[in-house]
Amino acid sequence: MEFIKHQIEKIKPNFEKGGKWEKHYYSFEALETFLFAPATTNGIKGAQIRDAIDLKRLMMTVIISMVPCLLFGMWNVGHQHFLAIGQSASFMDKFWIGVVQVMPIVVVSYGVGLGIEFVFATFRRHPVNEGFLVTGMLIPLVMPPDVPLWQVGLATAFAVIIGKEAFGGTGMNVMNVALTARAFLYFAYPTDISGSVWTYIGDAKAVAGYSGATPLSLAADAATAGTNVVASLNSFGAGWNEGVFSFWNMFMGIMPGCIGETSTLMCLVGAFILVATGAGSWKVIVSVFGGAYAMGLLLNLIGGNAFVEMPAHYHLVIGGLAFGAVFMATDPVTASQTETGKWIYGALIGIFTVMIRVFNPAYPEGIMLAILLMNVFAPLIDYFVVSANKKRRLQRATV
Amino acid sequence: MGKFIRLKKGFTINLAGKAASKVVEIEQPDTFVIKPTDFHGTYMPKPVVKEGDTVKAGSPLFHDKRHESIIYSAPVSGEVVEIKRGEKRKLLEIKILADKKVEYETFKKYTISEIANLSAAALKEQLLASGVWPNLIERPFGVVADPGVTPKAIHISAFDTHPLAPDYSVLYKGQDQYFQVGVDILKKFTSGNVHINTHATSEISTLFSQVKGAEVNKFSGPHPVGCVGVQIHHLDPINKGQIVWTIAPAGVIQIGKLFLNGIYDASKLVALTGSEVKNPQYYKTYTGASVKKFLQDNLKQDHVRVISGNPLTGTSVGKEGHIGFFDQQISVLPEGDYAEFVGWITPGERKLSFHRAIGLFSFLSPGKERVVDTNTHGEPRAFVQSGIFEQVVPMDILPTHLLKSILAEDIDEMEALGIYEVIEEDLALCEFVDVSKHKVQEILREGLELVQQS
Repeated sequence: MEFIKHQIEKIKPNFEKGGKWEKHYYSFEALETFLFAPATTNGIKGAQIRDAIDLKRLMMTVIISMVPCLLFGMWNVGHQHFLAIGQSASFMDKFWIGVVQVMPIVVVSYGVGLGIEFVFATFRRHPVNEGFLVTGMLIPLVMPPDVPLWQVGLATAFAVIIGKEAFGGTGMNVMNVALTARAFLYFAYPTDISGSVWTYIGDAKAVAGYSGATPLSLAADAATAGTNVVASLNSFGAGWNEGVFSFWNMFMGIMPGCIGETSTLMCLVGAFILVATGAGSWKVIVSVFGGAYAMGLLLNLIGGNAFVEMPAHYHLVIGGLAFGAVFMATDPVTASQTETGKWIYGALIGIFTVMIRVFNPAYPEGIMLAILLMNVFAPLIDYFVVSANKKRRLQRATV
Repeated sequence: MGKFIRLKKGFTINLAGKAASKVVEIEQPDTFVIKPTDFHGTYMPKPVVKEGDTVKAGSPLFHDKRHESIIYSAPVSGEVVEIKRGEKRKLLEIKILADKKVEYETFKKYTISEIANLSAAALKEQLLASGVWPNLIERPFGVVADPGVTPKAIHISAFDTHPLAPDYSVLYKGQDQYFQVGVDILKKFTSGNVHINTHATSEISTLFSQVKGAEVNKFSGPHPVGCVGVQIHHLDPINKGQIVWTIAPAGVIQIGKLFLNGIYDASKLVALTGSEVKNPQYYKTYTGASVKKFLQDNLKQDHVRVISGNPLTGTSVGKEGHIGFFDQQISVLPEGDYAEFVGWITPGERKLSFHRAIGLFSFLSPGKERVVDTNTHGEPRAFVQSGIFEQVVPMDILPTHLLKSILAEDIDEMEALGIYEVIEEDLALCEFVDVSKHKVQEILREGLELVQQS
């Protein structure tokens, strides 16, 4: 330890003002503070003591909350792979296939994203923010397992440059960066993000009867055909993966889909970690689920087509609703920043998700669009909440 | 009848090294210092003494150009040995080498019944001339009160919830009579009430519970419930254009002594606290005392930070420094200038945190007294709106939005968001819990100064 510290101290002058690598000071600072929490002390005036928290630890907390989704996702990628090709395999075999398929996506996401972060930090002369540590993990989790790596890289680059740096960097972005990456793929390569991309098949051949349909597309089809959604979900996969879209199976997440977002259960484990550690807002999580469920119930009452009549609780386990509610909607930068606003923001995400799903068959993945939409409206919600606060103060003054 | 207000939000920082309820008298320090920088809003302090002059306790040392009638005077008698100036000849401190026995300037003495008949103007005149006046603080802005205005109320916080705070029942023991006279005098300055805000769950000393002619309110909750700004917010908030005065019980007692005894009595008890002090206890001394003698042979180690005031809002003064005008506490903490290998993830029950993020377990044992050093525990980063500020500000104020409006120098927005209701101590906890390590108190003061100048 002393040796590393000594080496850092030795090269430090090169990065400080007047040093030959002065330009790269913030890259050095990122590395240095990663290795050693700095020896800086508090100022002469003001708080002489500080909380043991820092941004790195907060971000690590969020990353750890995503680990259940990641590990489960890795296993599930392998599990779905063997189901699709009609072979049985051991737990470790499945997990290993998943690791091999998922890790490169994680590496590309972090590599591209952090690379851009460091470049911008160098040119703009600001510290490298730890925010990307979370984004870099979120992006792989919302990618289909069979996505080409160059698409991951491109989407990450787009999201970081256009979604974040163009707005001024971490903390200034209007829209969630990871979702921007996902939306980019969704709109830029619509033909690639459909069909068998949800299952990694590789060089093997899929079994007869295999279909890459998702619960959301099945539900939309059922609505057009006028058949019962629950029945068509339950009968899907007959012959190769029977019961894959039963309610409990979808809750567990043992089904094809994006790497990390299939399992509602694992998302709830993540939500538990986020809420217990205070790193994520429970108000947002609860209100997204609540909003979606309430909207589902309301639609059930009104009735119309088969999708509208799908039991409301199905909305909570299909698609990426749980993942979006827990990890995307709670992003402190793009969510509503006032406590009252968080309730409104979350509830509207839930409501819009269900509305987009049910009424807009062209865009089945409603949660992504609903969160991006509400990201844009979050400042407006805050504006009204803050105005109400100001008004209370003004009214007090006149009485 | 006073009100009973229960607050939930906040965080009481429980540090090791609270002062034992024991008052010690040792040989008085050699030097005493009055620092104009302790008084916010002083515009151009101008000394009225020269180096080498002799002064008595209560002799004028300097006055300020903003209100020339307000005199800042010597706490003890002796010789002015140094007038220290900083950049642009700004007056930083006036140092007095104290006599062995304090001699006092004499002011007019009154009996209690005579005081009752004195006019507010006559009372103010003596307070201003003696140097007792600067104990009165004006809100908004937390500056020394303008003698020309009538505040809508005067508030006295009767307890301190800051880390390692002294116990008021020790500090003010036996001062009941002076306190009562002080309150009687203060009542003449305001059109409203004198509020005495006590702590609901701890034993209240007779000083506060027996006082007549004031509203005695009760508060409960975690820190910052003891901050007078928080109390005002819940009792009778300050709106634009309104003025409220605040004063510490020590100031009220000084007022009482000035009129009953005819002297500026700057004697006070000071709590020596902190994990690095061998015997944390109370010392009898005077305003502005040098901390040196209290620390002698009383420190566990040498690498420490000596703070005048508490660890949350105090000022680091060094081992040779002097206690600030308003402070009744010296805190000695371990200096935290060490680098910790991957300190951003190492777990520790030892690390104090309001948060419960990964590896921070201090929330599991909230009752435990902790040793906290002065390390920043992280590096400055961009604002992250994690909603944590809102959890430690028990007021209907949006701290993040207020701070952002200050950074944007938007004065109208600061006003609308309630900058009139707060000073540094009210938001000090935000600085403690901040993930991005902002200097919240410094930012707030900049905002207050901007509004004041506008």
